[in-house]
Amino acid sequence: MDDGMAGGKSSLTWVVNISVVLLVALWLFPTAGLFISSFRTADQISSSGWWASMFPQEQNQTLRTARPGEDNIAEVNGVYQIDGNLFVAEGQAADIDAVQATISAWGTGSLNIDEYAPGDTADLGDGEQITVQANGDYVWTSPEPQSGRGQRVFTTAKTPPEFTLDNYRNVLFNPNNREGMAKAFFNTLTVTIPATIIPILIAAFAAYALAWMDFPGRALLIAAVVGLLVVPLQLALIPLLRLHNEIGIGKGYLGVWLAHTGFGLPLAIYLLRNYMVGLPRDIIENARVDGATDFQIFVKIILPLSYPALASFAIFQFLWTWNDLLVALVFLIDSSGDTTVMTKQIVELLGTRGGNWEILATSAFVSIAVPLLVFFSLQRFLVRGLLAGSVK
Amino acid sequence: MATLKLTDVAKTYGGTIDVLKNINLDIKTGELIVFVGPSGCGKSTLLRMIAGLEKISGGELQIDGRVVNDIPPAQRGIAMVFQSYALYPHMTVRDNMTFALKLAKKSKAEIDAAVAKAARILQLEPYLDRLPKALSGGQRQRVAIGRSIVRDPKVYLFDEPLSNLDAALRVATRIEIAQLKESMPDSTMIYVTHDQVEAMTLASRIVVLANKGIAQVGTPLELYERPQNEFVAQFIGSPAMNLLAGEIVETGAQTTVKLAGGGTAVAAVPTRDSDRGLQVNVGVRPEDLSAVEDGAPYIFEGTVNITEALGEVTLLYFDRIGDNDAVIGKLPGIHQGLRGQTVRMTAQSDKVQIFHNGQSLHYR
Amino acid sequence: MNPALLGLVTIVIGVGGCLAYFYFSNILLDKVIFPGTGPNAGRNINRAEKVRPWLFLAPAILALGLYLAYPVFATIWLSLTDRSQGNAFVGLANYRQMGLDPKFWEALRNNMLWLIVVPAASTAFGLLAAQLTDRIRWGSFAKSIIFMPMAISFVGAAVIFKLVYDARPEGTNQIGILNAIWLQFDGAIWSVVILRILPVVILLAIATLCAFLVWVFARPVLRPDQSRPGLINSIVRISAAVVTAVLVLACLLGALNAVTGTYPYGVPQQWLTIPVWNSFFLMIVLIWIQTGFAMVILSAALRGIPEETIEAAIIDGANPLQIFFSIKMPQISSTIVVVWTTITIVVLKVFDIVYAMTNGQWQTQVLANYMYDKLFRANDWGVGSAAAMVIMLLVTPILVWNVYNARKEMR
Repeated sequence: MDDGMAGGKSSLTWVVNISVVLLVALWLFPTAGLFISSFRTADQISSSGWWASMFPQEQNQTLRTARPGEDNIAEVNGVYQIDGNLFVAEGQAADIDAVQATISAWGTGSLNIDEYAPGDTADLGDGEQITVQANGDYVWTSPEPQSGRGQRVFTTAKTPPEFTLDNYRNVLFNPNNREGMAKAFFNTLTVTIPATIIPILIAAFAAYALAWMDFPGRALLIAAVVGLLVVPLQLALIPLLRLHNEIGIGKGYLGVWLAHTGFGLPLAIYLLRNYMVGLPRDIIENARVDGATDFQIFVKIILPLSYPALASFAIFQFLWTWNDLLVALVFLIDSSGDTTVMTKQIVELLGTRGGNWEILATSAFVSIAVPLLVFFSLQRFLVRGLLAGSVK
Repeated sequence: MATLKLTDVAKTYGGTIDVLKNINLDIKTGELIVFVGPSGCGKSTLLRMIAGLEKISGGELQIDGRVVNDIPPAQRGIAMVFQSYALYPHMTVRDNMTFALKLAKKSKAEIDAAVAKAARILQLEPYLDRLPKALSGGQRQRVAIGRSIVRDPKVYLFDEPLSNLDAALRVATRIEIAQLKESMPDSTMIYVTHDQVEAMTLASRIVVLANKGIAQVGTPLELYERPQNEFVAQFIGSPAMNLLAGEIVETGAQTTVKLAGGGTAVAAVPTRDSDRGLQVNVGVRPEDLSAVEDGAPYIFEGTVNITEALGEVTLLYFDRIGDNDAVIGKLPGIHQGLRGQTVRMTAQSDKVQIFHNGQSLHYR
Repeated sequence: MNPALLGLVTIVIGVGGCLAYFYFSNILLDKVIFPGTGPNAGRNINRAEKVRPWLFLAPAILALGLYLAYPVFATIWLSLTDRSQGNAFVGLANYRQMGLDPKFWEALRNNMLWLIVVPAASTAFGLLAAQLTDRIRWGSFAKSIIFMPMAISFVGAAVIFKLVYDARPEGTNQIGILNAIWLQFDGAIWSVVILRILPVVILLAIATLCAFLVWVFARPVLRPDQSRPGLINSIVRISAAVVTAVLVLACLLGALNAVTGTYPYGVPQQWLTIPVWNSFFLMIVLIWIQTGFAMVILSAALRGIPEETIEAAIIDGANPLQIFFSIKMPQISSTIVVVWTTITIVVLKVFDIVYAMTNGQWQTQVLANYMYDKLFRANDWGVGSAAAMVIMLLVTPILVWNVYNARKEMR
C-alpha cells in the first residue's frame, strides 16, 4: 500500500510484519496445541508441553531390561551376563538400529535417577553390576544366574519428536470404545445436512417475494425478519419442546431439523433478500417481457444468479448446525444417548475424562476438522456472506 | 406492422403524485418514434407503461386496435432493449436469444431459424456460445437487440440503449440501428434517449416530453425549425436558442419586434393587427446569427465577454442584453479577436421565432 | 429406521415437498382460480399477482411464526405461570423469586462484564488486525488464520482453551501453555516490566481512549447553541458517556491493582477457579472466536474508504495516526456499530463456552447458562422463562435499532 509513495518508511513495514506475526501466532497457538496433542501418546502429553514435542526432548523413563530366562543368560568366565538394549526390551524400538533416543544420565533408584553417566557401571549389590550405554545397550552381570523380573533402570534420554495415529484409531475406528466419536460423527452429519438444505429452499422463495414482488405489508415483513434475526433462541426452547411433545414429534431428528430450519430462516431470508435485491432490475423485467412467470423467473434467473448468496448461507447454516450444542441438547438427545452429537459427546468427555488429553484432544479435533475443511475451501463465500449480512 | 394509440394516458404514484397526464399519441406502422426530454420528465416511465412494466393509472393504450392496459408484457407483442442490456449473465448468447421463444413453447426448428437470422443480421454468429461477460460492450448491445429481433415483435422498445457505450461506439451503433430500421421498414419502434443527436438522426418523429405531458410531436426538422413553444425551442439545438424580450411594432405577413435591448427583429411569422403592442420573446438560434456593419439593422448589440474557439466555429458569450444574460452567438471560423468588442448581430427573418406566453405565434 | 436413511428421506421429502408446493400452488393459481384466459383475463392476472407473493411467503411465515414469534409470547406467558401449580397464573412471582437468587445477580453481573469486554476487545483486535493485514503481502494468509476460529464450535474452543489453561501439580512439567509461561515469572525485573508496567501502560491507554470517548459523546449535548441533538439522541449519548466513564474508573482501578497486587510467583494456577479472573479467561475464548469476524467486516469497510480521501489527508500533512483516527475511523463508524451490536448479540446468547468449561461454577455463571440450569436441571420453567425474558429484554434495544435502520434504508 505504502510502497508506491515517496518517503515511505521501511522500518514501519517491519513493525507491521512483526506485529502480524505475533497476532497470527497468538491466534494459531491454541488450536495448534490441540492438534499436536492429538498425535501424542498419553505419556508424552502428560510429561511435557505440546510445544516441546517438535524438538528432541529430554524424557525421564523407567525402563526394564529383558526378563531373565534360559535363552538370554550367558555364562562368561563364571559370570552370568544378560545383554541387550533397554529400548528394544521395552518395545520402543524394533531393533538396535531403530533406537533414536540418547541417554544422557541414568540411575538405578527412583530417588537418584541421574546418578550415572552413559558408559558407567552401577553396582547393584550382591556382586551384581549393570553398565548402560548412551544408546540403551546394557550389560547386566551377576555371580548367580539372574531371576525374576528385569532390572529397573531410570533413564534421562533425549528422544526425537514422535507422533502416533493411535488416538484417532481408538476414537474413530475402535468398535469397543463406547466413548468413540464414530457414531456421534454420523449423528451430527444426519442432523446437519437436512437442516442446511431445507431452510435454503424455503428462504429463497420468501426472499424473492420480499425483494421483487410488490404487495402491501412487504416493508413490515422485512422489518419483522430483521427483528427476528436477533431474537435469542433460548426463548424458544421450552415452548417448542412442549409443542413437539404435544404433536408427537418428541425428541428426535425431525424435531431438531425443524428447529434448525426455524432458527436459520431469518438469517437466510435476510441474506438472500439483500443479495437478490441487488440483482439488476432490468434483467428481471426483461424476463417478464420475455414471457416468464414469477415461478420461471425465480427458477431460471434468480436462483442461478443467487448462487453465491445461497452458498454463503449454506456454509453459515452448516457451521452453525454442526457446531451447535444447545439445540441438540434440547430437541434431539434423549436419555438413551443413541442420538448424541459430537459437541455433546465432547462435553461429556470433559466431565468424565478431564485429564485424558489424548482422548479429549482427538475427539475435539475430529469434530473441528470438518468445519475447518469447509472453512478453508469455501472461505471466499463465507466472507462474502458476512459482508452481505452486516455491511450496509 | 403495428399501430399504437395512446388516449389520455396518465401515471400517478400513490394516487396523488402525477408523473404523466393527458398523453395522446398516434403511432403508425413503420415509424421510429423517439421520446426525448429532460431527466425526470417521465419518458422512461411512458415507455415502461407501453411495455407493461408499469401499470397505466388512467386512459387507454391500444396496440393494433386492442386495449392492452391489463395485458402482461409478454402478451403485448413487444420487445424491449434495456439501457443496461439486461442480458442473463448465466446464459450463453444463444440461450439469451432463445429464452423467450422457449417459454412460448416454439418448435426447435422455428427457434433455430430465428436465431440464425438474427445472428446473421447482427454479425453475432461467432459469439453464439459465449457468455455475456466474454463480450465487448458493443457486442452485448447487439445481443440485446438480437434478443428482441428473434421474437419478431409488433413493437420494438429501446430504453436509452446507447448510453452505456463510449462515444465512438455510440456513433457506430447508432448508424447500425438506423440501418436495422431501414432493413425492417414495417416494424414500429419506440426509442427513449436524452441525446439530441440520436433523436435527430434516428427519428421519423420526435416526442418531446416536459411538464408531465407532451410539449411537441413532430419530425426532427419541424422541431428544429418551428418549435411549438419556448421549451422545445431551447431543448432542441445546442447551444440553446436565444430568447430576447420585446414588443411587436409591425404586423402582417412579416412581423417586426422592437427589442428591449434596442435592436429590431424581423420574423417571417404572420401576425394580426391586434397583435401590435404584444409583449413577446424573440427566439434566434446562435448559429443563425451573423455580424452586421454599423448602420445596418440589427437584432441586438452586445459586448463579447468570452469567446470559445472550437475550430470550425467560435462561440461568443455576450454581456447582459436586455434582461437576458446568456445570449450566445455562433460564428463560422475563428474570431477570438472579438473578445471585449461590441458587435451588432442579426439573422434572416425565416430563422426568427416569436413566442407569446411561451407558445410560438407560428402555430396559432 | 436408520437415521442416515431417515435423513435422506427427509431431504427428499423436504426439498421435493417444498418445490412441489411452490410449483403446483402457482399452477393452481394461474390455471384454476384466476385463469389468465377468457373474458376476464386482464383482471384475473392482476388478481393472481396479488395472491402470488403470499404463496411464495407462506412456508417461511409459518416457520418463522411458529419457531420464533410464537415462542416469544409463549415464554412471556410461561414466565408468569407456575408449572408446579398446574400452570396457574402467578403474576410476577417468578421474577421476584429470581430477584432473590444471588446466582441470578451473579449471572447478570457477569453478563454485563461480558457485554462490555468482549465486543470492545473483539472490535479493537479486529480493527487492529484489519489495519495491519491490509498493509502486508501475506495479509490474506494472516487473515485466514485469525478468521479460522469462526469455524470452530464453542465446545471445540472450550476444549482448546482448557488445554491452554491446564494446570499440573507444582514441580511437574506444565502442559498448559499459560502456566508454562506463568512459571517463567519470578518477580525479577522482567516480571515487573511485563506483569506490572505493561498492564499499567495498556490500562492507562485504554482509560485515556475512554476519557476521550466520554468527551466525544458528551460534547454535543453540552453545547449551548441550537446544534444540540434531539432528546433521544441526547439520552443515548449521555448513557454512552456514563458507561465509558465507568470504564475509565475500572481501568484506573485495574492499573492501581496491577501496581499494588501481590502475585503468587512460581505456583501453577488453576486459572478457571480464580473468581472474577476466570470470567476473563472465559471471555478470551469468545474474543478469540469473534475477532476474525470483526476483522473481516472492518477490513472490507477500510478498503471501501475512497483512496482519494486518504491521499488528500496525506497531502494535507496528516500523520498515519491522524489519518486513522480523523479520516478512516469516522468513515467506518457505522460498520463498527454493526460489528459491535452483532457481537453483543452473540455474547448475550453465549452458552456453550460456560457450559463446557466451568458450567457456571466459581462465580462464572451467565444468563444463558443460568436459564438452562433452571429449565432443564431444576425443571423450574417459570424462573427459567423469566431469565429468558431478561435476555430478550437486553436484546430488545438492538432489535429496535436494527429494525429502525432497516426501515430507514428501505425508504
